[in-house]
Amino acid sequence: MIPTHSNWTPLLGRLGADAIPTEPIVLVTFAAVALGGAALVAALTYFRLWGYLWKEWFTSVDHKKIGIMYMILGLVMFLRGFADAIMIRSQQALGFGGSDGYLNSHHFDQVFTAHGVIMIFFVAMPFVTGLMNYVVPLQIGARDVSFPFLNNFSFWMTAGGAVLVMASLFIGEFARTGWLAYPPLSGLAYSPDVGVDYYIWSLQVAGVGTTLSGVNLIATIVKLRAPGMKLMHMPVFTWTALVTNILIVAVFPVLTVVLALLGLDRVFHTNFFTNDFGGSPMLYVNLIWIWGHPEVYILVLPIFGVFSEVVSTFCSKRLFGYSSMVYATCVIGILSYIVWLHHFFTMGSGASVNSFFGISTMVISIPTGAKLFNWLFTMFRGRIRYELPMMWTVAFMLTFTIGGMTGVMMAVPAADFVLHNSLFLIAHFHNVIIGGVVWGVFAAINYWWPKAFGFKLNQFWGKVSFWCWVPGFWLAFTPLYILGLMGVTRRMRVFDASFDPLRIYYFVALLGALLIAAGIGAMLVQFAVSIWKREEYKDVSGDPWGGRTLEWATSSPPPEYNFAFTPKIHDIDAWADMKAKGVARPVEGFQAILMPQGTWAGIVLAGISTVCGFALIWQVWWLAIASFVTVVATAIFHTFNYDRNFYIPADHVAEVEAARTAQLAALEKGAA
Amino acid sequence: MGQYVQSRSYIDTPTRTGMSKRNPNPLRHAGRLGLIALIASLSACDPVVLNPAGDIAKQEASLVVTATLLMLLIIVPVMALTVYFAWKYRASAEARYEPEWHHSTQLELVIWAAPLAIIIALGSLTWVTTHTLDPFRPVARIAEGKPLPADVKPLEVEVVALDWKWLFIYPEQKIATVNELALPVDRPINFKITASSVMNSFYIPALAGQIYAMPAMTSQMHAVLNKTGTFTGFSANYSGAGFSHMRFTTLGMKAGDFDAWAAKVAKGEAGDNAGALDANAYLKLEQPSEKEPVHRFASVSGDLFHKIVNLCVRPGKMCQNEMMALDARGGAGKAGIYNVAAVTYDKYGRESTVPVVAGRDNVPAEARNKAFVRAICVPQGVANPLPADRAAAAAKLSLASPARNPLS
Repeated sequence: MIPTHSNWTPLLGRLGADAIPTEPIVLVTFAAVALGGAALVAALTYFRLWGYLWKEWFTSVDHKKIGIMYMILGLVMFLRGFADAIMIRSQQALGFGGSDGYLNSHHFDQVFTAHGVIMIFFVAMPFVTGLMNYVVPLQIGARDVSFPFLNNFSFWMTAGGAVLVMASLFIGEFARTGWLAYPPLSGLAYSPDVGVDYYIWSLQVAGVGTTLSGVNLIATIVKLRAPGMKLMHMPVFTWTALVTNILIVAVFPVLTVVLALLGLDRVFHTNFFTNDFGGSPMLYVNLIWIWGHPEVYILVLPIFGVFSEVVSTFCSKRLFGYSSMVYATCVIGILSYIVWLHHFFTMGSGASVNSFFGISTMVISIPTGAKLFNWLFTMFRGRIRYELPMMWTVAFMLTFTIGGMTGVMMAVPAADFVLHNSLFLIAHFHNVIIGGVVWGVFAAINYWWPKAFGFKLNQFWGKVSFWCWVPGFWLAFTPLYILGLMGVTRRMRVFDASFDPLRIYYFVALLGALLIAAGIGAMLVQFAVSIWKREEYKDVSGDPWGGRTLEWATSSPPPEYNFAFTPKIHDIDAWADMKAKGVARPVEGFQAILMPQGTWAGIVLAGISTVCGFALIWQVWWLAIASFVTVVATAIFHTFNYDRNFYIPADHVAEVEAARTAQLAALEKGAA
Repeated sequence: MGQYVQSRSYIDTPTRTGMSKRNPNPLRHAGRLGLIALIASLSACDPVVLNPAGDIAKQEASLVVTATLLMLLIIVPVMALTVYFAWKYRASAEARYEPEWHHSTQLELVIWAAPLAIIIALGSLTWVTTHTLDPFRPVARIAEGKPLPADVKPLEVEVVALDWKWLFIYPEQKIATVNELALPVDRPINFKITASSVMNSFYIPALAGQIYAMPAMTSQMHAVLNKTGTFTGFSANYSGAGFSHMRFTTLGMKAGDFDAWAAKVAKGEAGDNAGALDANAYLKLEQPSEKEPVHRFASVSGDLFHKIVNLCVRPGKMCQNEMMALDARGGAGKAGIYNVAAVTYDKYGRESTVPVVAGRDNVPAEARNKAFVRAICVPQGVANPLPADRAAAAAKLSLASPARNPLS
């Protein structure tokens, strides 16, 4: 029995005229997005780019192109998530002295929920997955990932989830529950509208993509390493990617299940998390954090890998303590499963339970500290070149340390009782996520951009961005640390008279956020200027930084087959080893290369899944059933497609490689 | 602000409003603890979390400071070394360069052992303080150097988080208040905490750390206030549209003043008198409202809190603990399916806003007539399925005891 909504119709479900928001801010945004979108479509049509995009990108199974598409998705959603951040900061700066600010609670509560959901699921995750997708196969000397079609499908599922979140802005509303949607607040009784359904189904659709991409990368790392690359020869970034993807495969199913149960409560009136009939909201809180805490490490571990690559490259030195780094990564991966309860010490677990989870949390700081020391001693007696990636790394090392410290403070349960849910907590996790993940992504973008596109990024605008971001971050979040110590809690929209003396802190925080906005602007300018002057910034060598790992052995951008001959590995830092030994690049004897072929199936399956998600949100049952059946049928139909690979002819490989040989010869001549 | 003026006569020294006035003597603590000095110098206001008025919060504050100092032992050298190395080994400086140096067993030992040592120290501190400062554990002292008098009887306060206001029931005094909590100083307080609809967190920074208020569950907090004055309390967990205004005044009073205040409220002479708090008044109060002014109830039904926790304030409802007792004894069999309406709470919408007749009760009349198990027909003593010794052991567990646990 499916209980029906009061204005439910068989044809459109809950979808009616009232689904169109009436808030002016949303309407203006909608108009801007509609106009921008129309302009984009018109431009693509005018320049006849649809065919190119479809053939070369949307249906491509090349891990490099998929990696870049992930990064673009992350960047677009980052702008959306940051717009939410500016709205939160300005509302909190305005909502003083009896003023209601400019956002009502219906709008503000959606904004902070969307900010969290978007930044974690649709910014940090695509960035991290994109980096792993692009870099890992190159670092291990593979031609692609293990399951190239699955890779394309995973990307489009993530994008489908993002589409649903964006749709909630203009059709209906998003959840007003906070980013983890604790019941009973997220239950049917207290959130009867479609907001929580958007939350559930956007994460479910994206979650399929994330899980499958985890499976794919594990298989790739385990099975496709170049001959001679033992596990303890893998680059540290690949190591962190392996541990991360094991975490993904282990915990994302938990998220899928817990959201499915919440969905059952909401649609079929079951009682998993309700107040009555034996439901247990605390069960939800436990389950979501059993996913949620490892998720933190899913984001930050690959970034630790990025910093390891960057530090050793720009210090022109072998990484200090490689094996200690690897063990630290594995230990963090394991420990991340047994700390989840520290997110709710204040829900009344007993003292012994709280102590266990508090101490296990602190223990994680030991391997993390070891990593920090390893980077530090890599710098020791190095020759540090302060290119942009290295600047981000030093900023990270100083900032993340503070974030780690405030984190351990809250791992002490009795201290957490006074800091939980306060702005101190907000400052802490932005300290580790911005100071760790976001800056790590920026380091990675500056580091691998020349590999992906064949030209370096503009330094000037990169430095402007850096010098806006780093002070901007501290300006925005130091006030929050202080406010937290004054007992100010999170997610407040308006402040009564007793807060008046604190207003200055919110102003400073807003100022910091605006400085960060300038940093983001400078970064966009950096991209634009670099693309504009790409000839000037061209890198022909393929190894602009004096890299140490295998991806720098290829041309920039690498040919679609990555390596004409699969390299043999003898040591850690394979490319540095090859350079030191003067291994000659093969110039003849090329053979035809078997490569996977692009397919329509990924984008089509994900597209129909997104429609299915939309239908489930609005309870348009006929459409949900029809689209689900279509997804299954299409997937089965696709299994009969045996024409999945093609040979790149030996002649073509020889041609590409000859061009590369000529390019390198010209470079050498120029240098001489 | 009317309620503040009303209540002022009960406070003998209205010294400070928790957040807005400068601490009269911050240096006494700051001199001892450098961190507070730093924070205090940064702020125009009281960092109330680090400088509270209750013994428990004070111990928690000093724990925050101790933990920070312990970690600074390692954080400061790391940050200093980072800056030093980053400067010293910059390419242009042409300092000593050893590109192949990448391992040192001694160094590895140090970089794993140093954080380990700190964590062992902090971990031991954690184990001890988590137990001594467990909110479910009765307080062991009034303040530093002030032991618990032998004859002291803690003040019981029952706290209910409603949408979006706080209800405080004083079972001993048989009075109740909304958005105003009066507490005698230097007397242990035993809070029992629940909520009517969604999760909130009960937090008075000046008094003690927070604990969640959750529907159908009871959590506890033991604390003691050591200073008179006016302090701020609020919900620290987002609970919906009216969350920002879910704040209340906490008044610290001398014991005598507190008794006088309670007596006045009981007589309905304390102002903002809202009469008797019975089931009907509660159901009205429970409906969502924002910026609720202070109410003072001159009397309160004795079992109200029990019924709130067990989701059975509304007449005709079966209490969750009774249902659980039935289930523990094997359930009511097939007849149990006719009980659904009697134990439904908020399945079809917010309990307080869905009329009794519509939706939830639209079970066929036949089924309603057959729902003969409207309340527990088992005598109190029999309802407890556990042997006495095990029941006592279970009661000692400091878990947030679920209401549906027939032991509670």
